[in-house]
Amino acid sequence: MINAVPGLELRQVRHAYGSKQVLDGVDLEIEEGSLTCLLGSSGCGKTTVLRLAAGLEKLQEGFIKINGLLVGSNKVSRPTEDRDVGLMFQEHALFPHLTVLENVLFGIEDIEVASRTDSASRALERVDMLKSINVYPHMLSGGEQQRVALARALAARPRIMLLDEPFSELDSDLRASIRSDTREILRDLGLTTLMVTHDPTEAMMMADDLALMNEGRIVQTGCPSDIYRKPVDPFCARSLGDVIEYEGTIERGRVRTPLGFVPTDLGADVEKTVVLVRPEALHFQAANEDTGIRIKFIKIKDLGPISDVQCQVMDNGVKFRVNVPTRDLRGIGNIVSIDLDFSMVFVFPVR
Amino acid sequence: MKLTSPTDKLPINRSLSVTSWAVAPIIFAVLLSVPVLVIFGHLFFPSGDVWLHLTDTVLKGYIINTFWLVFGVGCLGFVLGGSTAWICASCHFPGRSFFEWALLLPLAVPTYSIAFSYGGLLEYAGPVQTSLRELFGWSRGDYWFPEVRSLPGAIFVMSFVLYPYVYLLGRAAFIGQSRNMLEVSRVLRAKPWKTVSKISLPLIRPAIIAGISLMIMEVLSDFGAVQYLGVDTFTTGIYRTWFSLGAPQAAAQLSAVLLLFVFVALLSEKWSRGKSRFYQITGRERASERIRLRGTRVVLAITACSIPLALGFLVPGAQLCFWTITTWPDVIDHRFIEYSWHSISLAAVTALLAVSLAVILRYSLRIKGGWLGRLCVLISGLGYAIPGSVIAVGVLLSLGWLDRTVDNMTRQFFDVSTGLIFIGGIAGLVFAYLVRFLAVALGAAESAFEKISPRLDDAAHVLGSGPMHRLRRIHLPLLSTGIMTAGLLVFVDVMKELPATLILRPFNYDTLAVRAYELASDELLRESASASLVIVLVGLLPVIVLSRSIGRIGYQSHGGAK
Repeated sequence: MINAVPGLELRQVRHAYGSKQVLDGVDLEIEEGSLTCLLGSSGCGKTTVLRLAAGLEKLQEGFIKINGLLVGSNKVSRPTEDRDVGLMFQEHALFPHLTVLENVLFGIEDIEVASRTDSASRALERVDMLKSINVYPHMLSGGEQQRVALARALAARPRIMLLDEPFSELDSDLRASIRSDTREILRDLGLTTLMVTHDPTEAMMMADDLALMNEGRIVQTGCPSDIYRKPVDPFCARSLGDVIEYEGTIERGRVRTPLGFVPTDLGADVEKTVVLVRPEALHFQAANEDTGIRIKFIKIKDLGPISDVQCQVMDNGVKFRVNVPTRDLRGIGNIVSIDLDFSMVFVFPVR
Repeated sequence: MKLTSPTDKLPINRSLSVTSWAVAPIIFAVLLSVPVLVIFGHLFFPSGDVWLHLTDTVLKGYIINTFWLVFGVGCLGFVLGGSTAWICASCHFPGRSFFEWALLLPLAVPTYSIAFSYGGLLEYAGPVQTSLRELFGWSRGDYWFPEVRSLPGAIFVMSFVLYPYVYLLGRAAFIGQSRNMLEVSRVLRAKPWKTVSKISLPLIRPAIIAGISLMIMEVLSDFGAVQYLGVDTFTTGIYRTWFSLGAPQAAAQLSAVLLLFVFVALLSEKWSRGKSRFYQITGRERASERIRLRGTRVVLAITACSIPLALGFLVPGAQLCFWTITTWPDVIDHRFIEYSWHSISLAAVTALLAVSLAVILRYSLRIKGGWLGRLCVLISGLGYAIPGSVIAVGVLLSLGWLDRTVDNMTRQFFDVSTGLIFIGGIAGLVFAYLVRFLAVALGAAESAFEKISPRLDDAAHVLGSGPMHRLRRIHLPLLSTGIMTAGLLVFVDVMKELPATLILRPFNYDTLAVRAYELASDELLRESASASLVIVLVGLLPVIVLSRSIGRIGYQSHGGAK
């Protein structure tokens, strides 16, 4: 296998604003041509990573390479305008005094006149905005503005693309369509992309690879489904979807929870554990006296394809709430037995 | 239990009530535009020899002087206001938060007051030349000294009190520049100079042009300063044509020509503001970060901010204070109290009327919008661009006609002469003030109304409250601060107003502004200072209000930058 140079590489990057340490040793590697989503809650430092990569913040510690070329370290600081990056914000930041075409031309004024207009037109055609080249940004809808912003970034032929929550200001319908269009365009162009978001659904839909970030560190990287199925800690488990949580102690290689015993590899020296159960780990079936835990449905709210169900464990009265595919509830009555699929149940020590 | 429906409680004929709210703006717009319409009407009447005489002799001079004055103040005001706006908005240096509001202080000084101050300071017998002569042993004719009573002198003094218009709008625009936009420009490989020339400056331009246009409108309306400094412009020409030549027709025609200049400034202001609306950042975008200055740059920034503050406010203010201290025992007498009372009562009455009209107009738009209502409100507020002397001429002509008509009718039917009931008293003067300053109250009322959610109206409406009831119970209580601000702004503007007062005041009815002007015209500068000083002190009130709001903007943007 050829060990290819990463499109973007950050090593041991530490960064502080005044006395506040925002990044605490970030290591991140993005394979050339792939799209990595950096997922984390607000304030975890993900936007800072993006700004450092773009050169909009001065790097304090560590180093950053783009296509193997050192662009930032404590000695080298390649200015933003020489890094060949594309950048898209949540607020598209189109220049309001320039038309759509002029906005797109802005980044390619150094190339030959004939090919300049050609490149701009191609970029606008790609985002389906060729019809609006002579209008001003304020005359466009939010979605159209975002398309133009993408065309402007693409026309400049960046080596990597940085997206800072670019879809979060759009309505949900529009968001879905622009998201998938953008994904397709970036994939077609084979452009190395780092996208920052706090929306797990968006991250899972867009990303080839995910990087989960918490308190200034990358805690887990990998393909979205792997992280979903094998989170390395409770934070990662919670980040990618709903979980039902219980605390418990280990007794003979298993943890007692209100939903029954859960096997674990953790050693007996672990005093306390947290058990996280993904909703799809719960298999409901018609009540069965012999096996399993018996559950009573207190309230079912039919939301169409899924239902929001309030449950109570009959043995111990513990209540929980879970989203279940509606068809799974048909014909099983109000009192059911559950089976747990342990591959979707995660046990971690409580530190 | 019997339930009452909302209509049981308030048996108001709503449709009639709404109609009367819709008619009000039309009536006000017609009344308030009469003086200007009368002026334009005179363009079509022959005025005979006087106009020909004017075009042969002085008109060219008025146009040239007015042009150079506008051009000079525009340039100097742009340099002073633009540079201080950029420094205060984009840089961080010790004293910035002080300069941020202090740079507005010259707004409190009327143009005629600063002209009187510098006239006294820089004249042959003034402290500056006297000190120079004593220091170097010079005598008359030994040295050259710039003449303040000249066109360049007028440009100098006016620029130093009017630059805050450019500063105010420019600063807001610089602060409003989206940091994202500047960063995108860099990411798109633009070098810093390209970001400045292609993004920053074009985005600021509309705000700067709007500020310069406001300055120019002030220059075009000024009468006291140019008259004192001996620069013949349209306003002095109108005054002289009316009073010395006794030719109202020609005065009105001169006014009409001046209005053409004014409309150019007005249109450029409106156009620029319309454009700058699209250039504002939205609430979610981050404002630009300030550049932290060090060493000599700090000294440069402080010097650049100190010069306009010192020459526009501190020096003339100190001169006025000094003169007041040396003359007050002779000047502050019962007559001074009387002038003050005249000024204050005129200002208070006008402020009350202007605020009431503004609330009615704005509220009528809220109840029944539509293009006609908006047009009427726009027309009612156009007076702020029109020089006081032009409005005075329009009021004299229109109310004079009304007086004569009423007098003729009463003579004919009752054999009684009513005399000059409108222009003989203060009614005409207050009317002129309303025409001139209603826009100020309209602006303040608009921002106050905008803060009240239309949902409140809907909620009250659903609960059965009619328009008048809503105004009384919902809007007026919520508007109180905005109304006070509007009233204060009008009050101060009336206190400062000179040309319309000079032309329209009843016989022997002087105000502080008129007194200051008359004493200064008689070369009694020291004696005129106390009246000017009172006006400046009152003028500080709205500047304080303004600087408080500037503090808030600064705070928000600072928070945004973080």
